[in-house]
Order: sequence, then structure tokens, then C-alpha cells
Amino acid sequence: MAYLEIKGVDKSFSRTRRGSARLSVLRDINLAIEENEFVCIVGRSGSGKTTLISLIAGLIEPDLGEILLEGKPIDGPSPDRGVVFQNYSLLPWMNVYQNVYLAVDAVAHNLPETEKRERTEHYIRLVNLSAAMKKVPRELSGGMRQRVAVARGLAMDPKVLLMDEPFSALDALTRGTLQEELARIWMETQKTVVMITNDIDEAILLADSIYTLSSGPGATLGPAVRVDTGHPRLRAQLNREASYQRVRRETVALLTLAVKKDAIGSPSERNKNYFTRQDNQLR
Amino acid sequence: MTKRIDFATMLLPFLGIAVMLLFWTVISTTVAKDLPSPMKTWQESKLYILNPFFKDGEMNQGIGRFAFLSLVRVSKGFLLAILIGTPLGFFLGLSVFFYRTFDPVIQILRPISPLAWLPLGLVIFRQSEPAAIFTIALCAMWPTVINTAVGVRSISPVYLNVGKVLKLSPIKTLRRIIIPGSLPYVFTGYRLSLGLAWLVIVASEMLTGAPGVGGFLWQEYNSLVYSHILLSIITIGIIGFGLDRFMSVVERRFKTA
Repeated sequence: MAYLEIKGVDKSFSRTRRGSARLSVLRDINLAIEENEFVCIVGRSGSGKTTLISLIAGLIEPDLGEILLEGKPIDGPSPDRGVVFQNYSLLPWMNVYQNVYLAVDAVAHNLPETEKRERTEHYIRLVNLSAAMKKVPRELSGGMRQRVAVARGLAMDPKVLLMDEPFSALDALTRGTLQEELARIWMETQKTVVMITNDIDEAILLADSIYTLSSGPGATLGPAVRVDTGHPRLRAQLNREASYQRVRRETVALLTLAVKKDAIGSPSERNKNYFTRQDNQLR
Repeated sequence: MTKRIDFATMLLPFLGIAVMLLFWTVISTTVAKDLPSPMKTWQESKLYILNPFFKDGEMNQGIGRFAFLSLVRVSKGFLLAILIGTPLGFFLGLSVFFYRTFDPVIQILRPISPLAWLPLGLVIFRQSEPAAIFTIALCAMWPTVINTAVGVRSISPVYLNVGKVLKLSPIKTLRRIIIPGSLPYVFTGYRLSLGLAWLVIVASEMLTGAPGVGGFLWQEYNSLVYSHILLSIITIGIIGFGLDRFMSVVERRFKTA
């Protein structure tokens, strides 16, 4: 049994305020993630990626299917599924330390104060922001803010760290730095990570498995593409590796395929033909 | 060069005042012969302005003293308004049930003039001072109530999601997220409420005859000293302006993000 399992999850939203017309966002989502695995879910914007993360976080409930963590169905949001939100999620009235401390205090309320302070400082150090501890979010660059968001996510000491396009709002250079730091932090902490992204190269640099999400409505997951290159991965080296080329080709092919299928098949037809079996990993 | 422009820009408000005074003079010498001219107003009010804190009987005091009495009354009414209005606003913003229940009542009570509330206050309290404070509070409360409710409802859902993921208790969510998140709106409400409270003071003092700028204004109208009406009006305006400035400074201190 996998560590985090999503079984046959459907989610739709009502199109209008009180109308019965529903817009299917996700359809028949199946996913099995092992402990310490780094999984990336790649999809175009509007394909329901954030909905998927919110489902795993427990912020919204699936219409059908279930989500299991360590074999137990999840019950609402909890710090054991810590979330790093897209951006602007730091509380602007708190400084870096207080933002991270809020998470530490939430999960380890009974610890002595000195210990909580140490933990908070530890996570801030982990993302290299010790110098900015007393600054408030508006004094920080976009990259620094997302570092704090990562620190806060880790400070929840989650079983699974969920990341919703954490670097998508950053410029390319900052994004590169943060990706490398995330890779380092992941190796140090050995967390199970589910990261949503629209950047295939980001996925290849970080993930053990990459899943593609077809374009909505009624988006569903493609088969896993394994990335076998060992960590740490170096961007420059990766470009020259044959396996990188293969993974990239496969992922792009799956994404294009997903779009094509969208264009021709009706949703029901598509559902029948397209990626219903989750375990046929392309090798 | 730019310096000279800045200097000229600084003079513009004084130009506005000069135009206003000119207009006043023209009106008082042509159409409204009973209206004292600026010069006459100054001459007859000098005593009250140059010696603002003299006291010669309950209703004959320096303008500073009257202003102080009015300000004390307004502060009491305003404090009462925000003490009731802020929690009410939070409840309205937090609970749809509460909102649906009480919003119609609020919308009906909100447009009622202080002139209508005051007699009711007199009936309830049988004394002019608490009636005046009651009126001020009841009229000044609504901007605080409404802005607080809007502030609570406009907190970014992401912040609330952070609270949910952290499983913060309702009290902690309130203290760490909802209150700080709505504070800028709350203070906008306070500023508007204080402005209203100051607006209401005149009406309530006129009707109760309490010593203050408004009471003085009404008394001098009855004793036909029209220049003192103008003195009171100008005082009310200047103090109102000062209060608004003060509150916007406070408001800015609580702006986040």
C-alpha cells in the first residue's frame, strides 16, 4: 500500500450560483505516492491543478472517491499535509519569524518556548533567511517570500509537503536558485513532496515521478514518467543526459496527447480511452 | 525652479480661503444684510478667540473651552460607538446567519437622523448628557459596523486557508488572522465614525442646550449675536478637519501589505 493514495476522485463545481449545471474539473484521479518520494504534477493553467492540491490538503472534499494517507482517509485540512501556496500567502502583519513560528506553534504547542524558538530559527536557516528574520513580507523580494513559505510549510513538519506552483511567479534566475535549494532541502529532510508545476524542466530537475494532468474540464492524470537520474541533479549535466531527453520527450508527448484528446473526444469518450490505468508507467 | 512651484502650491489653500472670505463679504454686504461680514465677525469674536479659555458663566466661555466640552462629549459617544460597533461588525462579517438576520435592521436604523434619536434618548435617560451621548453613539456607529464587516469578509481566502491547514483554533484564527487582516478597514470605519460623531454633536447640543460649541451656537442665535454663529461654524469645521487628519494618521499606521 502506498503512503499517499488517491482513489477514483472526481470533483466538479457548480457553474452558477444556484444552477444545477456543474463543471467537472477533475475526473477519475488515481495516484499512489511512496514515502520520501518527490512527485511533480505537470499541467497547463486552468487544468485543475490547484483543485487537486486543495483536495489532498483537505481544503475541499471530493464528490467521489477517497484520499488516504498511511491507509487512513484524510479528514479535513491538517498540518500533516503542509501546504506551500502559490504566492501572497504569508501573513503581511507578521515578520518572517512570526510567520514560521505560527506553524511551529500550531504543531508543537506544548513544547517549551526555547525549543519552539529553536525550531523556528532552524527552518529559517534551512532556507537561508536568517538575516531577514525580523522583516515583514512587503520588505522581501518574491523569491525571499517563497522561501519563507517553504520554511513555513516545512515547519508544519508534514508527512506530505504539498506545493502549489510555488515558484511560478518568480523570474527565471530566482526560480532556478530556489529549485536547487528545494532539491537540497528535500535531500536533507527526506520529505514526501507533491509539487504542482507548469514547468517541465522544473519537474525533471526535482521529481522522482512526473504525472501529467490533461487540460480540463474533466481533467485526469496521465501515467507516471519516472526520472531515474540520481540526486543531486545538476542542471548543466542534466541537459546532456540521454535519460533527461527521454523523460522530457515523454512528458511533452503526454501533455500534447492530452490536449489532442481534449480536442476530439467527448468527455465520456475521453474518459474511456484515456489513461484510465494509472500503473502502466512508461519506461 | 521646482522650489518656487512648491512654494506657490503651498499658497494655493490660502488663495481658496481668500476667495471664500471675499465671497462671504460680498454676500454680507449685498444679499444678506443681517449676515455679519468677516471683519465684523472677527471684531465681535476676538474676545472668545484670543482668550479661548475664559469662563464667565455656564454659557459664556472662551471658544477653546466650549470646543473642549464638545470634544469630551464626542469622545464619549465615539468610544461607545466603536465599543458596540466593532464587535457587531465582526459578527456580521463572520456569520452569514447573523448577517442575514441583522442586516435589514441595520439598514433601517442607519439613515435615521440624530434629530430623531435625541428625543428618544431624553425619554429613556431623562437627562440631557446621557441622551446626547446615546445619540452620538447611535448615529456614529454605522460606518464602524459596516467597514468592519466588509473588512472581515475581504480577508484573502489564502490567509484563511493557512489557518485551516494549521488547524488554528477559532480564537487563534481570530487573533492571528481575522483581526489583523481586517484592521485597515476597521480604522477606516473609525475615521468615518469620528467624523459623524462630530457632525452629530451640534444637533445634540442644540436640542439639549448643553454647554459646547453647538450649544453656544444655538444660544447666540437666540440672543441675536449672529457673528458668534459664524465663529462656532468655523470652529466646528476646523476641529472636524483636525480630527479627520489625526485619524488618517492613525489609519495609515495600521495599513499592512
